[in-house]
Amino acid sequence: MFTDEITAEAALHEVRDRIRMFELDRREFLRLCSGGLLVVAGSGAAGALAQESGRSSGGHQLPQEASAWIHISADTDVTVFTGKVEIGQNIRTSLAQSVAEELRAPFSLITMVMGDTDLVPWDAGTFGSQSTPRMGPQLRTMARTAREMLVEAAAERWKTDATTLIADEGRVTNPATSESLRYGEITRGQKLTRTITGDPPLTPATKWKIAGTPAPKVNGQQFVTGKHTYPSDVVRPGMLFGKVVRPAGYNATLASADTSMAEKIPGVRVVRDGDFIGVVADDVWAAEQAVLKVDAKWKVPAQISNAELFAALKKGAGDSGQSEIAAALAGADVKLEQTYTVAYIAHAPLEPRAAVAEWADGKLTVWTGTQRPFGVKEDLAKAFRLPAAQVRVIMPDMGSGYGGKHTGECAVEAARLAKAAGKPVKLIWTREEEFTWAYFRPAGVIEIRSGVQHDGTLVAWEHHNYNSGPSGAGTPYKVANPVTQYHEWADAPLAQGSYRGLAATANHFARETHMDELAHRVAMDPLEFRLKNLEDLRLRAVFTAAAESFGWEKEKSTATRGFGIAGGTEKGGYTAACAEVEIDTDKKVRVRRLVQAWESGAVVNPDGLRNQIMGAMVQALGGALFESIQFAGGKVTNAHFAEYRVPRLQDTPQIEVVLIDRKDLPSAGAGETGIVAVAPAVGNAIFAATGVRLRDLPMEQGIEIASGK
Amino acid sequence: MPDLVLLVNGAQKRVKAAEDEPLLWVLRNKLGLTGTKYGCGEGQCGACTVLLDGRATRSCLTPAGAAVGAKVTTVEGLEQQGKMSHVQSAFLEAGAFQCGYCTSGMVMAATALLAEHPHPSDEQIVEAMNGNVCRCGTYPRILAAIRLAAAPTVSESPAVEEGATYVHG
Repeated sequence: MFTDEITAEAALHEVRDRIRMFELDRREFLRLCSGGLLVVAGSGAAGALAQESGRSSGGHQLPQEASAWIHISADTDVTVFTGKVEIGQNIRTSLAQSVAEELRAPFSLITMVMGDTDLVPWDAGTFGSQSTPRMGPQLRTMARTAREMLVEAAAERWKTDATTLIADEGRVTNPATSESLRYGEITRGQKLTRTITGDPPLTPATKWKIAGTPAPKVNGQQFVTGKHTYPSDVVRPGMLFGKVVRPAGYNATLASADTSMAEKIPGVRVVRDGDFIGVVADDVWAAEQAVLKVDAKWKVPAQISNAELFAALKKGAGDSGQSEIAAALAGADVKLEQTYTVAYIAHAPLEPRAAVAEWADGKLTVWTGTQRPFGVKEDLAKAFRLPAAQVRVIMPDMGSGYGGKHTGECAVEAARLAKAAGKPVKLIWTREEEFTWAYFRPAGVIEIRSGVQHDGTLVAWEHHNYNSGPSGAGTPYKVANPVTQYHEWADAPLAQGSYRGLAATANHFARETHMDELAHRVAMDPLEFRLKNLEDLRLRAVFTAAAESFGWEKEKSTATRGFGIAGGTEKGGYTAACAEVEIDTDKKVRVRRLVQAWESGAVVNPDGLRNQIMGAMVQALGGALFESIQFAGGKVTNAHFAEYRVPRLQDTPQIEVVLIDRKDLPSAGAGETGIVAVAPAVGNAIFAATGVRLRDLPMEQGIEIASGK
Repeated sequence: MPDLVLLVNGAQKRVKAAEDEPLLWVLRNKLGLTGTKYGCGEGQCGACTVLLDGRATRSCLTPAGAAVGAKVTTVEGLEQQGKMSHVQSAFLEAGAFQCGYCTSGMVMAATALLAEHPHPSDEQIVEAMNGNVCRCGTYPRILAAIRLAAAPTVSESPAVEEGATYVHG
C-alpha cells in the first residue's frame, strides 16, 4: 500500500507541499519502494555516467551511485526519478515519451519526479543541452530493463519461454494462451529490483511509436488555468515575506545603517548580519515599505562603465600578438581582419529568482527556481554549515532560466531570513534586483583574421575571443591549420555566467558575419561561398534546407529589402537561418521573415522541438537587435523592462522552422544552439540592403531598429 | 489596516489590506489566487494582467482600494463548471507556451481583446498584446492561439503553420 501512496503522491508533484510524503529522506523512500518494480541505473553505459555524476554527490544514501531510477507500482503507475528539471524546455514531456516508448507502456501512466534533492538521484544540473542526449538514454535503458524483468517474471509465472511473450500497452501477453497481465499485476507487490549492467539495445528511432510523435506538454492545462505552482507561488504555514536591502553598487561595503524607521512599521522585523540587512513581515506590502525605510550608507568603489568596457576588456584580457597564420595569410589573394563585439545581456526570466525557506528540527527545506537543485543544496549546506542530509531543495517547474538560474543567492537569503525569523520566509527578487544582482552573459571582443583565394577557397583563419567564451569558437569550415584562442579576463566588471548557447552566439555572429564579408570580397553568393568551404554533411544539409524553404536563390536584395544567411553547429545541433529585413523610408530596419533549419538527430518530440527552436529564434532577435546592459559606478542603469528592450509581439517576424529528423542518429539537445544563427543572418541581410556592415551586438548601436509593425 | 471588500471572480471577499497595497499582492497573498504573476511590478510585462470590469488591467499598478466596487476577474475565474474558456482551450491547443509563466497574463489580455473585438485584425492583436512579454519567445503560437479563439468554429480556424519536417535516413 505504501507504494501506491508514493506513486499517487508523486503524481501530485506540482502540489507536493500539501502532502505527507515530504519529510521522507531517500533511504526511507527506498524502503517504501520495496513493493513493486524498481530499476536503478548503476553500471554499464548508464552507470558510467552515474559514476561521473556521483563523484561530487556528497555521500548520498543510494544503493550504488545511481543517476536515475524507475518504479512501477502494483497499479502499473510508472514513476521516474531524475535530477533534471523542467524550466520551459519541455523535458518533462519528452523524457516521459522516451520512458513510455522503451517500457511499452501508455504515455499517460508515466509521472516524472524531477529536481527534488530528497527524492531524486544527484545530478549536476539542467544545462549544456545534456538532458536529451544523456538522461534520455539512461532512462530508456532503465525502461528497457524494467520491461525485460516484467517479461521474465511473467514467463516464470506462466512456466513458458520469455521470448514468446509480448510486452505492449503496459501489459505482458502470451499470444499462445491469450493470458495477459498488467505490469503491476506481475510484480504482485513483490520487490523486484535490478541495477543495470551492460548496455542493452534500445528501440531504434525508426520503430518509435510514442517517442518521435508530437506530444503536448504533459501538464499543459495547469498552465493555461493558472493552477501550476511555480517556486514563487509556494505557500507554507505561518510564512512571512522577506526583502533584502541592496548595496548602492557592486563591491560596496556598508558604512552605516539606521533601521529604526523600518522597525516602527507594525509587524516588521529587521534582520542584520554583517553587511546583510533584510526585513521580514507577515505582509509583503509592509516588508516593501520597511526596506525602503532602512537608511543605509554604502561605500562604492570606483568602477568602469559600459562606455569604457571594450578598451578595458582588450587591455585586461591581453593581446593576441603576432598573427599565428602569417604564412598562410601571405599566400592569400584577399586578406581580411575585423573586430566584433557583443554586449552584456540579461537572461530576464519572467519569473525572477524566488525562494521559500523553512527550518524544522534543524533541517532546512527550500523551494526555489534553479537549474541546479543540488548545486543550490551545496550552497545552502556551506552557508549554514549543515551536513548535506539536513538540506533539501525542491524545484517546482519554474518560470524559465535560459542558463540564468544556476546559483543559489536567493535561496540562501531566504534561508537566512527564515532562520532569524523562526518561521518560513518567501523572498521574490524584484525585476530590478533580477536585472542587477543576477549574473550576465559575458560581453566580449572577437577578432578574426582570414585569407581567401579569388575562387573562394578559404586558406587562412584565426579567431580570438576575449572574455565572451570559447563555446562555438572553432570554425566548421575547411581551412588548413586554423587558430582558435580564448582569452580570459579576470577583472570583468559584472558577474558573468552561463547563458543559453553560452558564447556560441557571439562566436557564430563574428564568424558568420566574417564569412559573409569574405563572400562579398570575392563576389560570390554567401551560400555558395559557405558550401564551397564546407565538408560537414549535416551542416550542409541545414544550409540547403533553410535556403530551399526560404527561396534563397530567387530572392535578390534591394535597397529596401535585404536577405542574409548564416549557420553553424554546437552541442550536437546543426542550424542555418535565412533572414529577410525591410528598410523603411526612415531608414529603420524591421526583420520581416526568418526561416531556420534544425537538425539534432532523431526528434523525440517534434512539437516541443519546434517550439524550442522558434522561441530561441525570437529570443535571439533581442540580443541581435537591442538588448544591452548599461552600467556605471557599479550600478546597472537600465534595470527595468521600460529601458531594457526585450522582443515583443510587434518585433516577431514571420517564422518558419524546418526540422530535419535524422532517425539514424542519436538525439542531441536542442535548448540552446537554435539561438546562434539569427544575429548573423539578420546582420548579413541588413548589409545586403544597405551596405552597412554591423559588427557590434546589439545592432541598434549601428542602425535604427523599428518599433511597431 | 482597513478591511476592503473586493468582488473577485463573482464572490465578495473581505481582506485586510492597505488601500495602496497593489491588487496583485492582495490577490496572490491574501486571497490565494497565485495564477496572477509578478513579472516586473512596473506595468511593463503584463504577467499580472487581470480584468477590472472586463478591461485588461495591470494588477501590480492597481491599488487594492481602486478595485473596490469593480468586478475583478483573474485567470482562476475563467473556467465555468470546470470547463476552460475558449481562450484557455485555444492556448492549450496551440501549445502557446513554454515555461508558462506569462500565460495567465496572456490569456487575460486576449480575453479582454476578444470581448471587445471578437474578430480582431493582426494589428489589433499586436496592439492589445504588445505589453505582454513572453521571454521564451512563443509569440507566433500566441498569435495563432488568439486567431484560433477568434474563429467561429474549430473547423474554420486557421491552421497553425510553423514549418515543415523532413525525414532523412
